[in-house]
Amino acid sequence: MWEQIRSNQIRSVVLVVAMATVLLAVGYFIGLYFFGSGIAGLVIAIVIWVVMNLVAFFQGDRVLLALARARKIERDDHPRLYNIVEEMKIASGLEKMPDIYIIDDSALNAFATGRDSEHAAVAITSGLLQKLNRDELQGVIGHEIAHIKNRDVMLMSLCSILLGTIVILAWYATRIIFFQSMFGGRRSSSSGGGGYGQIILLVVGIVLMILAPLIAQLIYFAISRKREYLADASSAQYTRYPEGLASALEKLGASTAQLQSANQATAPMYIVNPFRKKGMAATDLSSTHPPLTERIRILRSMAGGASFADYDKAYHQVHKGGKGFVIPASALAGGGTVGLRAAQPEAAPIGSEPSKLERTREVSDLMWRMNDYRTIDCDCGTRLKVPPKLKKAKIKCPHCGQTHQL
Amino acid sequence: MIALYVIIAVVLVVALFVGITYNSLVRLRNQTQNAWAQIDVQLKRRHDLIPNLVETVKGYAAHERETLEAVTSARNLAQGAVGKGVGAQSKAEADLSGALSRLMAVVENYPDLKANQNFLALQEELTSTENKISFSRQFYNDSVLNYNNKTQMFPSNIVAGMTGFKAGEFFEIEVAAEREAPKVSFS
Repeated sequence: MWEQIRSNQIRSVVLVVAMATVLLAVGYFIGLYFFGSGIAGLVIAIVIWVVMNLVAFFQGDRVLLALARARKIERDDHPRLYNIVEEMKIASGLEKMPDIYIIDDSALNAFATGRDSEHAAVAITSGLLQKLNRDELQGVIGHEIAHIKNRDVMLMSLCSILLGTIVILAWYATRIIFFQSMFGGRRSSSSGGGGYGQIILLVVGIVLMILAPLIAQLIYFAISRKREYLADASSAQYTRYPEGLASALEKLGASTAQLQSANQATAPMYIVNPFRKKGMAATDLSSTHPPLTERIRILRSMAGGASFADYDKAYHQVHKGGKGFVIPASALAGGGTVGLRAAQPEAAPIGSEPSKLERTREVSDLMWRMNDYRTIDCDCGTRLKVPPKLKKAKIKCPHCGQTHQL
Repeated sequence: MIALYVIIAVVLVVALFVGITYNSLVRLRNQTQNAWAQIDVQLKRRHDLIPNLVETVKGYAAHERETLEAVTSARNLAQGAVGKGVGAQSKAEADLSGALSRLMAVVENYPDLKANQNFLALQEELTSTENKISFSRQFYNDSVLNYNNKTQMFPSNIVAGMTGFKAGEFFEIEVAAEREAPKVSFS
């Protein structure tokens, strides 16, 4: 049941090849236009792409985490989060524990990154850590771990680099063509066809340059949407509790805060689209994620069990006979029945579930600590947060007036 | 001449099939063994946590001696069952889960204990360990199912029979014990 993801990759490979074709077409045209030789352009495009890939392979996760302004935390910083990630790591059969990062942002979101399952990281916003209870957090982390386990992380970075290369090439090429044709200072092209040939080449080229990034982006989004469903299904299978993820997604959908540090290139990596607008349709080609309401409905329709087959059934129930498989057919075979588990009673007096207030306090303390603030517990119950820049040796409690040594 | 080629081709194909099947059987068996090792790690963690928990509870609820002793003895039995086979171990662990859930039910009557930071941290660890046990059990059982399917289904069962692969044993925890444990999720 754990290796079938491979078959889903055939479809992904087709899409990646399609994107690569767009890149090569762009490169070929640039070569033809500027150097009179398509091959030279192909070589340039491939070299740029390979260099970007190498950078991404060895530094990509760090760059992305830095862009998202994520900071690594250790076990003692937030034992519950660490435990939940470890639980999901065990449930998924992942070999190595991924690193855990926190983004100091009140928006609710999460993503996974890393070049393979050995070098992976999950990042979640502090808002998410604050708002979700244990079951919900487990669902979200399960979704992220599934991205790592299903190798989506690698695929998505591969695709985003392809997209990035296409965008860069097309951007520069259109600008250069534009200025050259405006000021007439075009270097003589060695093809030297002149006349109509030149104009046709120019028009085709410009159309291609304008369309290529759009086409590539649509392909990218198509890949990303499929992967979201699969990750949701995997999360349900790991946790045996689809309601956890469903109610987490509900909270994510209800929140209006936008993630400060997200951009178009990193958007597909998040669990929900950081730029989503209300009422986006399922068939919307330009969305990176399936609409939240639909994902929630599918998860909630999984009455029978938590296997991939149950998710697939729920998907078709929601889509009223929609065709095609969300989940690769080989994953459905031989799965057997997988039971659901009961909820952990949130209101239970002794569930280790901290209350909403405690969670908020916990997270804000963590954020203070991460920003190098020191905390002093005053006898009167006040918790003083001392900024790292403070040079004084003593500090007075604003509540009771007691002085503390620093 | 042609017949010879055909025979060689058939032999090659069969050899290739046997080789591939054998390798995947080995991989699946290793996966079940790894998964079992994971359960062991978590069970050991649980055994290590319990004396701590008992000590902490004792400080607040000393006269719940019976319940505490039941937990301690169930824990010792479970520790003794380590390495005595999947069946014996699952039973001892189920008993321990039962004893623990009774302790957790008792703890509800002690608000001071429930506010104790040390206890809260222990409780988080225990809850998470319980979850990890059940998740590793889940993964182990999935792996065993995979492996058993491979050893029992045609045509890979022929290779499995020839090379001595035996079906694995599922790790079941009694359903009754799971139902008894609604407080800290043992399921």
